[in-house]
Amino acid sequence: MVSAVKLEVVVMPKRNVLDPQGVAVRNAVRELGLSNVGTVRVGKIIEIEFTGEPDEAKLDEICRDLLSNQVIEDYRILGAVLK
Amino acid sequence: MKIAVVRFPGSNCDQDCLRALTDGLGVKAEYVWHKETSIAGFDAVILPGGFSYGDYLRCGAIAAFSPVMQSVIKAANSGMPVFGICNGFQILCETGLLRGALIRNRSLLFLCQPVCLKLENNRTPFTRLSDEGAIFRMPIAHGEGAYYADEQTLEELEEGGQVVFRYVNEDGQPTSEANPNGSRNNIAGICNPAGNVLGLMPHPDRSWDHRLGSEDGLQLFKSLVETLLSVAA
Repeated sequence: MVSAVKLEVVVMPKRNVLDPQGVAVRNAVRELGLSNVGTVRVGKIIEIEFTGEPDEAKLDEICRDLLSNQVIEDYRILGAVLK
Repeated sequence: MKIAVVRFPGSNCDQDCLRALTDGLGVKAEYVWHKETSIAGFDAVILPGGFSYGDYLRCGAIAAFSPVMQSVIKAANSGMPVFGICNGFQILCETGLLRGALIRNRSLLFLCQPVCLKLENNRTPFTRLSDEGAIFRMPIAHGEGAYYADEQTLEELEEGGQVVFRYVNEDGQPTSEANPNGSRNNIAGICNPAGNVLGLMPHPDRSWDHRLGSEDGLQLFKSLVETLLSVAA
């Protein structure tokens, strides 16, 4: 039986790139009463389901070339979730 | 001479670009669908503004991998003039033909307003008819138009004369107030080292006739056409 694998690719703006969305969210969070909030940054999570084992080298290449833009973003691939 | 205007699903300035060329200058231009694998027979390529592939993932990210772009990249690398406007600029950055990236406007607002630009490099096929220092008036219309590159890249672009247009005030000064979106160094447009690939956030395609409020943009298309004619001659 072929097992299914689910991976999460987390894409975040690089630390030195201005994230105005994160600033707007931070301001709103502060207004809602969490006054000690420092930096907030907004990124995205891309869930990818595979049937069978993913080709990790190919996935890494696609993360670098398509799913993230290395000029402004970093990514990390979060562990396999076997279903 | 024939100029290609590439159409992606979600392009919305394709007609503006085509008409600037056909009606504004009387030259031959044709749409090329994103699924085409060849741009043979064309002498230059315009990548128009809009929201290619719905701006999904990142602006221009999916368009950069479309079939037509693979042949545009090849042609650009062999010297064909390629002009990306607005979303077209974003696509050029995503392909790596141009350095840096366009990120969310500092204000988070979608900005649709006239801006003043200063020409900083008239040695490209798109700017050769104007003097350096000339002021252009064109509209911007974007949500992700803040030019970003790291310090080293910025230095290299500046030193290499690759900053082609900068946001300035009425007096031609690149002040922070004149910077609509938070672009680094007030950058509105850059070219590749060879100068044959230009990306520009403001819209010359929406400023090529006095009825549009400005005809300054026509100068860029006119320069391109004259370049192509002089090459053909």
